[in-house]
Amino acid sequence: MNLAASPEQRQFAGAIGDLLAASDLTAVNRDWAAGNPAPGLAVWRRLAGLGVTALAIPPNFGGLAADPVDLVIACEALGYHALPGPVAESIAAVPTLLSRLGSTERLPELAAGATIATLGAPPQLPYAADADVAGLVLLADGEELRLGVPENEWPSVDETRRVFGLRAGALLASGPAVAHARARALDLGALACAAQLLGAGHALLDTSVRYAGQRVQFGRAIGQFQAVKHRLADVAIGLEFARPLLYAAAVALGGDAATAGRDTSAAKVACAEAAQRAARAALQVHGAIGYTMEGGVARQLTKIRALIPAWGSPAAHRARIMAALADGAVS
Amino acid sequence: MNLDLDGAARTFQAEVRGWLAANVPPGPLPPVDTPEGNAAHRAWERKLAQAGLSVVAWPAEYGGRDASALHRLLFEEEYHAAGGPVRINQNGLFLLAPTLFTHGTAAQRDRLLPRMARSDDVWAQAWSEPGAGSDLAAIRSRAVPTDGGWLLSGQKTWSSRACCADRAFGLFRTDPAAGPHRGLTYLLFDLRADGVTVRPIRQLGGDNGFAEIFLDGVFVPDCDVLGEVGAGWRVAMSTAGHERGISLRSPGRFSAAARRLVDLWQKAGDPADGALRDRVVDAWIAAQAYRLHGFAAAGAPPGQASPFAASLTKVFWSELDIALHETALELLGPQAELPGDWLAGYLFALAGPIYAGTNEIQRTVIAERLLGLPREPR
Repeated sequence: MNLAASPEQRQFAGAIGDLLAASDLTAVNRDWAAGNPAPGLAVWRRLAGLGVTALAIPPNFGGLAADPVDLVIACEALGYHALPGPVAESIAAVPTLLSRLGSTERLPELAAGATIATLGAPPQLPYAADADVAGLVLLADGEELRLGVPENEWPSVDETRRVFGLRAGALLASGPAVAHARARALDLGALACAAQLLGAGHALLDTSVRYAGQRVQFGRAIGQFQAVKHRLADVAIGLEFARPLLYAAAVALGGDAATAGRDTSAAKVACAEAAQRAARAALQVHGAIGYTMEGGVARQLTKIRALIPAWGSPAAHRARIMAALADGAVS
Repeated sequence: MNLDLDGAARTFQAEVRGWLAANVPPGPLPPVDTPEGNAAHRAWERKLAQAGLSVVAWPAEYGGRDASALHRLLFEEEYHAAGGPVRINQNGLFLLAPTLFTHGTAAQRDRLLPRMARSDDVWAQAWSEPGAGSDLAAIRSRAVPTDGGWLLSGQKTWSSRACCADRAFGLFRTDPAAGPHRGLTYLLFDLRADGVTVRPIRQLGGDNGFAEIFLDGVFVPDCDVLGEVGAGWRVAMSTAGHERGISLRSPGRFSAAARRLVDLWQKAGDPADGALRDRVVDAWIAAQAYRLHGFAAAGAPPGQASPFAASLTKVFWSELDIALHETALELLGPQAELPGDWLAGYLFALAGPIYAGTNEIQRTVIAERLLGLPREPR
């Protein structure tokens, strides 16, 4: 029994954090939103240098075959710094899907960060995020895995994200194995998405604490007022108790535990809720400056809003948890 | 990271589970505040102690097993899953004992802990006063030096277990000239000593769970001063962390309740009522979060966590407790107003956000001590 990150894992998180902190993500996000993903893709390639894009890929295809815990550690840092792009798709779900199905030819370029991938998987993932930027677009529908052909483009609440409806392209694999691989990929994607949400929530808490300590009204820092303090305390509580669910889900997925689906759903629900609470509090603490696209609050808030319904809505995950509990899988 | 129990943990878990299955009384014991209930709960504690299970995490020399924090959590899980009786001596076991281990002398530990482990002495807490609740440092009860000890006078209130306990611990003002946090001393006193009057108070829910204590020249020998004279605030705050954290409300309690709630949903829930189903699921998620958080804390190197982290825990479990029981009462429908375990649990849960430092006090601690927000003017 051990839920603490190892020294290597802490070092890994620190290296990702350092890289992103030095990458001017504010400008990267602005460019990405304006239709210029090149600076963002350069950050993705630098992250590949740390192994981030190789985590879920087997060693013989240039990957690290890392534990889902490492995936969570990485995605939490990516969420904290608001990296644009299809993170859960390209780093977690697509590598899982292709590895499980033995469809390995594209894996080396994914591992190296040369290609970014995205995925549609209705009903959990009806739209493929950032299909215009991705060099590999997949459509996993029931027992069929195909190339996906983007046909309709919609803007997302998150300006840095564009989502696409997919038309079925060339068939890559079919049969029950696809359904199994798809389920596993969706769980790892949901896990990665939950980690991004937790990281984003933490970023908003840190920003809000800083701002509340500086912003003066009525002759004092607004962080002295209990209404502000208590709201941020509730944010801290939500994040604190979502984290163990996230890491336990990663452990369960890594060990193929019978409870892995249930635990992933619990992590997604809790991280989404904690992030949403952080976003609302951050907006309220910042006031009007938070309600502009100039500060970082709106960027994180809209990313959180886009990720909450992705990879299975909270309602769908709650339904899955109850189904598992009713099955007697209560631990 | 892993969530596996090693062989020693599984063996311990199996022993506890087996012993509890064979020994937990089939029905509830009479209430703690009745003479029969008091005797029955003490007898149960003696039985637990004889099995070496009353204080598993204590050193063996005081009646424990030197068990790790993880084993202690496992014990609590099994205890709550088996429906074990309320621990009559929980104020002593979970609040005073940690303070004795940190601040007590060897002589105090030898004299007090073995009797506590067997519940030969049952302990009550005596923190609050009519004018000192959230603002605990406003304590006015005095301890005046006398030959060989101290004389206590004043009034304590909301004293848990005072009706059925033998002894109590609390803070007393020994230096009225010092500032509010200074000049307090942590003292242990006998509830049957001359000059002590205990008046039970009927709680919401009907039980005499707490009491007022009137003190009029009550003698306390020097050997019952815990820590330095004048250092009572610091000594007491080291107990507060235990009172707010998993020492008082172990995850096992909520895991067991969440399991019963899921069972209740399956028996009584309307499958079409997605909103209520989601509340059941959310209660289960929260209980699971608290459990995993406890395991993570138990596995962390000692001294790593902030002493103020217990404030996060306290708000979380007290709100979880109420939400879980309110959900159960909704599932029961019109039956919910009738006496029963869920109603009793709900009424008990309602006190959670108040005692051990109100949740408002905890949120201020979290904001100032953990997040680093500026202190409010006091």
